[in-house]
Amino acid sequence: MFDFISFIPRAVVQGIPLLFGSTGETLGEKAGNLNLGIPGVMYVGGICGVIGSFLYEQSLPDKAMANGALAILIPLVCCLLGSLLMGLLYCFLTVTLRANQNVTGLALTTFGVGVGNFFGGSLIKLSGGAVPSIALSTTSSFFHASLPFAGKLGWFGKIFLSYGFLAYVAIAVSLLAAWILRRTRVGLHLRAVGESPTTADAAGINVNRYKYVATCTGCMIAGLGGLYYVMDYASGVWSNNAFGDRGWLAIALVIFTIWRPDTGVLSSILFGGLYILHMYIPSGMNLAIKELYKMLPYVVTVVVLVLTSMRRKREDQPPASLGVPYFREER
Amino acid sequence: MENKTVAVSLKNITKRFGSVVASDNVSMDIYRGEILAILGENGSGKTTLMNMISGIYFPDEGTIEVNGKETVIRSPRDAINLGIGMIHQHFKLVDVLTAAENIVLGLEGRLNLKEASRKIREICDAYGFDVDPSQKIYDMSVSQKQTVEIVKVLYRGADILILDEPTAVLTPQETEKLFAVLRNMRESGKAIVIITHKMHEVEELSDRVVILRRGKYAGQKATKDTDAQEMTNMMVGRSVELNIKRPEPVAPKPRLEVKDLTVRSEEGIVKLDHVSFTANSGEILGVAGISGSGQKELLEAIAGLQPVETGSVTYIEDDGRREELIGKDPLEIANMGVALSFVPEDRLGMGLVGSMDLNDNMMLRSFREGHSPFTDRKTPHHVAESVVEELQVRTPSLETPVSRLSGGNVQKVLVGREITSAPSVLLTAYAVRGLDINSSYTIYDLINRQKQAGVAVIYVGEDLDVLLELADRILVLCGGKVSGIIPGRSALKQEVGLMMTRMGGSNGEQKDA
Repeated sequence: MFDFISFIPRAVVQGIPLLFGSTGETLGEKAGNLNLGIPGVMYVGGICGVIGSFLYEQSLPDKAMANGALAILIPLVCCLLGSLLMGLLYCFLTVTLRANQNVTGLALTTFGVGVGNFFGGSLIKLSGGAVPSIALSTTSSFFHASLPFAGKLGWFGKIFLSYGFLAYVAIAVSLLAAWILRRTRVGLHLRAVGESPTTADAAGINVNRYKYVATCTGCMIAGLGGLYYVMDYASGVWSNNAFGDRGWLAIALVIFTIWRPDTGVLSSILFGGLYILHMYIPSGMNLAIKELYKMLPYVVTVVVLVLTSMRRKREDQPPASLGVPYFREER
Repeated sequence: MENKTVAVSLKNITKRFGSVVASDNVSMDIYRGEILAILGENGSGKTTLMNMISGIYFPDEGTIEVNGKETVIRSPRDAINLGIGMIHQHFKLVDVLTAAENIVLGLEGRLNLKEASRKIREICDAYGFDVDPSQKIYDMSVSQKQTVEIVKVLYRGADILILDEPTAVLTPQETEKLFAVLRNMRESGKAIVIITHKMHEVEELSDRVVILRRGKYAGQKATKDTDAQEMTNMMVGRSVELNIKRPEPVAPKPRLEVKDLTVRSEEGIVKLDHVSFTANSGEILGVAGISGSGQKELLEAIAGLQPVETGSVTYIEDDGRREELIGKDPLEIANMGVALSFVPEDRLGMGLVGSMDLNDNMMLRSFREGHSPFTDRKTPHHVAESVVEELQVRTPSLETPVSRLSGGNVQKVLVGREITSAPSVLLTAYAVRGLDINSSYTIYDLINRQKQAGVAVIYVGEDLDVLLELADRILVLCGGKVSGIIPGRSALKQEVGLMMTRMGGSNGEQKDA
């Protein structure tokens, strides 16, 4: 019998970083910015949180004196600042200077991973441990804390209440993003900017401001995905390159959800589940089979792409001006 | 203009794009309660000038006064706040949004689409529009989209309206409706500016004309004191002849035989229904019909771009040999001498690559020729030179990307290239769409020269007056069927108009394909 009660929580914790990433990426794409820098942004978000938490832990004479509020706030603020800087860099290049979005995004990913590994490596050196990783268990325990009574509620508590607060933030943020996009004037304007910036501009919408704000907010949300990954999922253990290809998976998830952040809640859990399915399928010693299972999230994305392009429903297509820089006096 | 108040006053406006001076020291006034027509050749800076009033471009020199006060219009938002609304030639609408969402786009305050829809219906009732606020833009026909644009501007309380070639894509009936609305607005004291190329529209609608020539102000006239000839002369700067010649067909022989051609769209809708006709060499066959009656499909089926359900298209060579075109690929058909120049609504959509320069666009026709592994760049260069020379294409250089040229000039490049490929069958659709009167006559002349050279010309047009003057025979399409083929010399406009609507749809309200 497939063990759903242990599988679902694991799928969820796998899915949360993806959810953060895809919600952030969706916001940017809705403004017409195809931000392929998201994997780098998430990486930077993670390492900035680690740096904050590392410095905080170092400043404590005794680990037991750690203050819960500070232990959460310092990494959180560091993470947001780090990913905001990445977002600003991306926007400056693509919106202000109108550089090619794909190239900028890919460069930013390479850059972000490099920054993460550089500081990660430095911190590992500083902490002087025997293994190539840093463990920030003190701050991590605050991120990881779930409701005290969650453990007593059996399978219900396990499936719904066993997560750190960032998991719930992720779901709240994606629902909020969906609501803003669908129901508010800001959302309407944002959609117009991504669909047709000339139209938005002629209607008096400040296109560049929307692009900046949406993309930077998106980057900050995505950065939280990195933070969640280190502080909660990995229990505060940073080792270089452990984040893996989750950033790309988050971008695939955007397509999978056909640019709807609220769909992302369940889809991210599905993706998380597919991502770890190989551990639950008995495959014996044949490692090749496991690798095949790891392809599943991408296969599903390809299938969704095929289906949506076959149905050709206009609402399910990517924002029309995705990837195109906007210049008002262009002729 | 005794008791008319000035709404907008332009003083010494200059705007440059790189080395091109699009507007050169232009001064003019726009009055309330008046319809002002702005005339000028393609690329004479009409749209640029209006874009500066509506905040899209910012003038390099000069000042703009609105309601007597000097104002700086930095952005479209400033323009909206001043009550200036512009309806652009290329609609500024977001396809995936509904009419109501598009109309409230850019406004402030809480989003309340119900309230907005109510207000939209009020405006529609007041002016006699028909807009469904919850309809998506991509489901709309061109004229519906335009109505949404006008409602959008009115919704913002604009009392200075600028319309950039509003009738370019409308049927005669829709144009009539639009004009009634505009007159209505004039009576309520709004200032209306209309950019158009069609002389009879200027004469029919406007009170005053301002004429621009190569970015410069070339004069103004009260419409009742002038005529098409004088306005054209002012536009061009010299005297031009305004007559479409119709030489007798030269030894007409059947060249293209279309039999029982049936075409379905991808959605399974019948676009052409058993269409049969013969096109003769040395003759212009005009195709008339409400837009979307199958004109596009007809030309594409002949050129091999459209899958055909049933029927045949036979090419008959001079020596009587017959060759079936259906089943051949577009390249083979083109090599047999069938040239297609289709000018779509967005002009750049078919045939030209916007980011490539004139030389390279000419090369699109010829790059396969020759045996050397290298492409021949010299011949296309000469072709480009001669097209620019003959059609007076206004371009800074042959190395300028086509998308930088103004709409009409882009079109001259396209039509010019197709004609220089020396075809034996020339398919052309909307060749003069959006072209100024002088360039239009240049094109008519070119087409006539092709005809005299023995080419079978199939000319799809939207201007009935021109079709009646140019074509030797007119094929009228109605809902994908041939409504009749009549001789062009004796055809009456009313007769053709009736044939356009008699079969298929009864009210002529067709979705634009």
